[in-house]
Amino acid sequence: MRKSWWKILGVLLLVYTFIAGLLIEVPRNPQLQETIRNLFFHVCMWFGMMILFIVSFVRAIMYLRTNNHIHDIASRQYAGVGILFGVLGYITGAIWMSYTWIDSNKSVFNSFDTIAREPKLIGAAIALLVYAAYLVLRDSIQDIDKRARIGAVYNIFAFAMLFPSIWIIPRLLDSLHPGGSEGNPALDPGSASANMRLVFYPAIAGWTLIGVWIATLKIRMKILYEQKLSQ
Amino acid sequence: MKKLSFTFYFLLFTLIINAQNVNMADAMKENGKIYVVIAVMLTILAGLVLYLVRLDRKISRLEKNK
Repeated sequence: MRKSWWKILGVLLLVYTFIAGLLIEVPRNPQLQETIRNLFFHVCMWFGMMILFIVSFVRAIMYLRTNNHIHDIASRQYAGVGILFGVLGYITGAIWMSYTWIDSNKSVFNSFDTIAREPKLIGAAIALLVYAAYLVLRDSIQDIDKRARIGAVYNIFAFAMLFPSIWIIPRLLDSLHPGGSEGNPALDPGSASANMRLVFYPAIAGWTLIGVWIATLKIRMKILYEQKLSQ
Repeated sequence: MKKLSFTFYFLLFTLIINAQNVNMADAMKENGKIYVVIAVMLTILAGLVLYLVRLDRKISRLEKNK
């Protein structure tokens, strides 16, 4: 194993998240009840996704500056793991909402027409689709230099799309999520108690480190594969 | 004014009542069964981490042998 201290740190942070996340005192919110603990898992997926996309964006710029193909491979793999985290965030969100957001007078299916208007769902879907298009575009070009350059340029556009779709528009509109039109979702001190933030921030770091670990493994595998091809 | 303060106290009262009646997993914590959930989650985490470690070792070996 290579340079393993941060991998151990990530695992330890996750062990702490799993234990403390289930045991600490949480606010007694009549709508959320114990599901408020999903903050340490569902929300962290989205934070991990954003951080991985930022790394992918930085590596895309580094490729355009240096023409070093390692940056292109890294950019692609970080985006891939970022999408994985986003999809996990979507799935966990779907489970969470079907217990907390549904209208108790209707069935889960019939409550969906109000939930589907949730701006954060639409914004996150747009962001994920834009990144999915990045994978399709980059991986469909055969020429290795063209693939890297077009991929890197598109990656920068995709990153620019994150600003309106997940950082600006959801903050302007009313939302079922906390911190809709009146503030910052998740990082707002009012929406999570001090106790919860004690677990929440380490949880973000832990999940992100695991994501980075997976991405580095995929990068190293891809580099080995390319070397094998060029031999 | 009196009416307003009455409404306020009524709202406060219902809020307090609600806060006390929120169903949490108190029983699970009292009889200790929440630890079962933690054990299951930690086992899954351990399995996934073990998988990553083995993959990491394997890739390191391949990198050395090239």
